[in-house]
Formats: sequence, C-alpha cells, structure tokens
Amino acid sequence: MFHDLLNKFGSSKKKPKSIPVTLSTRIRLARNLREFPFPGKAEDGQRRAVLSKCMDAMTEMDSLKESTSLEVDDLSELDRQILVEKHLISPELSQVEEGSGIVLSSDRNCCVMINEEDHLRIQVLQPGLEFEKVWKRADELDSKIESIVNYAYDCELGFLTACPTNLGTGLRASAMMHLPGLVMSKNMDKVINAVNQLGIAVRGLFGEGSDASGSIFQISNQQTLGESEAAIIDRLNETLKNIVRQENFARDKLMQDDGLRLVDKISRAVGILKSCHLIQSSEAMDLLSLVRLATDFNMLPERFRSLTDRMFIEIQPGHVQFSAGKPVEPSDRDRLRAELLRKEFGRSPQLNLEGAS
Amino acid sequence: MKCHHCDKQATVHLTQILNGQMHKMDLCESCAQANGVTNPENLSIGTLMDSTKGETKPPSGSMVCESCGTTHQDFKKGGRLGCEACYHVFRPILDPLLEGMHAGTHHLGKIPSGLESRVQFSQSVDDLKKQLLNAIENEDFEKAAELRDQLKALENEAQV
Repeated sequence: MFHDLLNKFGSSKKKPKSIPVTLSTRIRLARNLREFPFPGKAEDGQRRAVLSKCMDAMTEMDSLKESTSLEVDDLSELDRQILVEKHLISPELSQVEEGSGIVLSSDRNCCVMINEEDHLRIQVLQPGLEFEKVWKRADELDSKIESIVNYAYDCELGFLTACPTNLGTGLRASAMMHLPGLVMSKNMDKVINAVNQLGIAVRGLFGEGSDASGSIFQISNQQTLGESEAAIIDRLNETLKNIVRQENFARDKLMQDDGLRLVDKISRAVGILKSCHLIQSSEAMDLLSLVRLATDFNMLPERFRSLTDRMFIEIQPGHVQFSAGKPVEPSDRDRLRAELLRKEFGRSPQLNLEGAS
Repeated sequence: MKCHHCDKQATVHLTQILNGQMHKMDLCESCAQANGVTNPENLSIGTLMDSTKGETKPPSGSMVCESCGTTHQDFKKGGRLGCEACYHVFRPILDPLLEGMHAGTHHLGKIPSGLESRVQFSQSVDDLKKQLLNAIENEDFEKAAELRDQLKALENEAQV
C-alpha cells in the first residue's frame, strides 16, 4: 500500500506550479500533549499511547479524509529514505526506533509527524511562495487537532516544546530557495550574515547540517516566541522577497559581465545531462540547478523548470533505488541516475539565446 | 555603548552561554585583546565578569524535574526539556536564555480556543496586579484599594 502511495507521487496528473527562485513554501507547528512527557523522555508505552491518540484524532477529521497513517516501525529503511528525500519527514524521525508515525494527506501537501522531537509536528507545504495559503491550512489543521486533544500550553510561554528554541508559537516557516546567482557571484555568505541578523536562518537542502547542493537553500525564521505568527511570517516573507530581488540582480549582473561564460556553463550542463553514463547526485544537482537557471532566463521552455524540480528529488539515492525496485550499490546508482537523466533530457532543445534576458 | 572595563567605545560584543545562562558583554578593542577575546579557546566570560563588577554568578546546584527526571545537566547537554513541568522547574535558568534566543519572552501568538477564557482571566489578573503595584508606588492608596477589591472579586469568581 505504501508503494502505491509513492507511485502516486510520480504520476500525479496535476503538475505543480513551478516559479523562478522559490521552489516551495513550508509551515511547521510543534505541539505536545498535556498529559505525557515529551517524546525524548517518554517510555515506550507512553509513546504508543500518544501515537494512537494522535492518529485516532486525525483520522476522524474531515480535512484529513483519505489520508494515510503509517507507523515508522513498519517502513523499510528505503521507504523512510524516500520520505526524507520528499521532505515529508525529517531525517530525525526516520531514525526513531519505536512508537512514531506519520499522517499524510491525500494531496501530500500535509504531513503530520508523531513522536519526533515533539509529540506533533504539523507540516504543510506547497510549491511556490505561498505563505498565506500554507499558514491557513496549518492553522486550521492545528485548531481541529486541538479541539480533540489537550495541548501543553502556558499563558506566558505559549505552546511548550521539547526544545526552548521552538517555544511560543512552535512555528517554523520556511522556503526552499534556488539561488545560483548569489552563489556564483560569491554573495551568499553576505546574504546569510545579513539575514542572520534578522533572526532568520539559512540551511542546506535537507535542513540542519546538510550542504547547499544545487544552490538550494532552506530559509526559515529562528525565533518563535515574543511575536505573533503573522508577524513572524511577514518578516520572513519580506526577507525572502528581498532575497529574490538580490538573486535576480546577481543573475542580471552575471549575464551582463560575463554572459558568454554563463551560457557556456549552462550549455555544458545540458550536454552532460543529455549524454552522461555515470553521475553522482551532487554533480547532477549542480547541473540541474543550471538548467533551472536557464529556464528562468527563457533559454529553455517553461516545462524544464518543473522537470528539474522533479529531478532534484528523483535523482536522490533513495528514489533511484525505489525506481530500480531494489537496494542498489552506490556505483550502480550512478549508472541508473545517468540513465534517468539521459531519458529526461535526451530531447532537450538547443538553448534559445535570443530570448535570454 | 561603553566598554565593560574602561570607558572607551565598545566595539566587541561577546555572548557566551555558561551553565545554561547567557551572558553578554561589550568590550573595547584593547580590553578585548587583553582578555584574549580574539582567542576563544582561552576565553571565559565568567572570569571577565569576576575580575570586574562581581556580577551575579549562575545558580549552582542540581535542579531536577520530579515529574520526568530531567536534570539541569541533561538540559545543559542536550538542550531539551522533558515535559511540561520542566518549564516550571527550570524557569530561572530558562528566562535569561529565552531573552537571547527569541524576539521576546511572552507568547503573543495563537491561543488554543479551549484556553482562551483561562488566558484572558490570567491576563486581566496580571494587568490588575501591575496597576496595583503602580498605584502603591505612586501612593495612590484609594486607587490601590479599589484595584485590590477588583482583584479579589476576580479571584473569587474563578474559584466558584
């Protein structure tokens, strides 16, 4: 059943809207139940009780009709890896031994993790820069859950969380940003420093400690207490818009100063994707990043943007093995990954250099 | 902003977390150099403070949450609390941490709908208490008596 679910991801008819620079928007709310110790201090029995209580509460809800509930114990290592690569669960949850689970909405935009660092991590994600919609959905879901279970809450400190860095609103709003212009012009460090001053954190593609392969960064609020959700989201949103402006400025400047070099780089990237026979995921990420950039410059048709977004995920080690239907050694993965990319990019057209802005 | 040691303009701003307490200090270039701030390995804000104005030392001893068994050491090591009760037990060491960590120390966000009335009640009690203290400070005893009665009435109401 789980594999049907994963297949549905790939063959989804509704193509998600893909826009320049911002890949996706996410809201996460951390919540705990009143009567139980936080997951890190809970005994197995208590974790099981929290798990079934939360799952029961959510399966009753209309908004999660036809959702899928899974216990992490029941999933193979590969299944877990795939969920991490799809950004539906955290690497931490995938390591948990007992009494953890996820509830995944039928449209896959909503995924609640149970017994990760907190009892509940309510997550909503969507392609593009869509904080208003994403917050609305997370807020509604949270209110519905709250009408069934009792949250640990303090009048002064707000929602109580295992780590005091999440205290208060328990809100982590983030966007996945594609910033090749800032990376190539070596301005990313400056941007990171500047936004850090505003209480905003910048991480790699897979969160804490991961690298920024493909020039993709996860940018999120750091502070959760002392401000309303709206204020936190507004500030992040304003910062992100500013980063988008800086990114576009950097891209234009790269094109003006040394357009030939950039065009050469992009053409070579397309060339490698079309004709490689062995490729590691980090190299593939960087090449895909250039293809996405080319699409934003109108050098390639729009559909290549959503194709690269899909490939960013499908070339990850878990997904390559999933397509193969079995665990595969790293060296053989490189072959399968190259095969996939050749198939997808084999017929890509010549770059349109007329339209390049 | 002036240097913690001398009266020169402070240009080095130091933040260190010691025993779960956050300390901030502002130093001028030369005092920073003299105290080894440029070499973080050798640096302890504790000694910096001790050598000067004798600021308060972090609370020692081992706090333990009776509800879940989390100790002060656990919290220092892992940065995680174990349960709701921990927030009461560790509040004294938590408060200064929160100040440095967040935009404020009071929750201004969503209130669970089931708790709204409870929260409003405690906010109005807090409000009245503040006004009462103010009135006493200003020696406006008439107003203070009035506020005291209001507070009493509110608390009686809650008990019913």
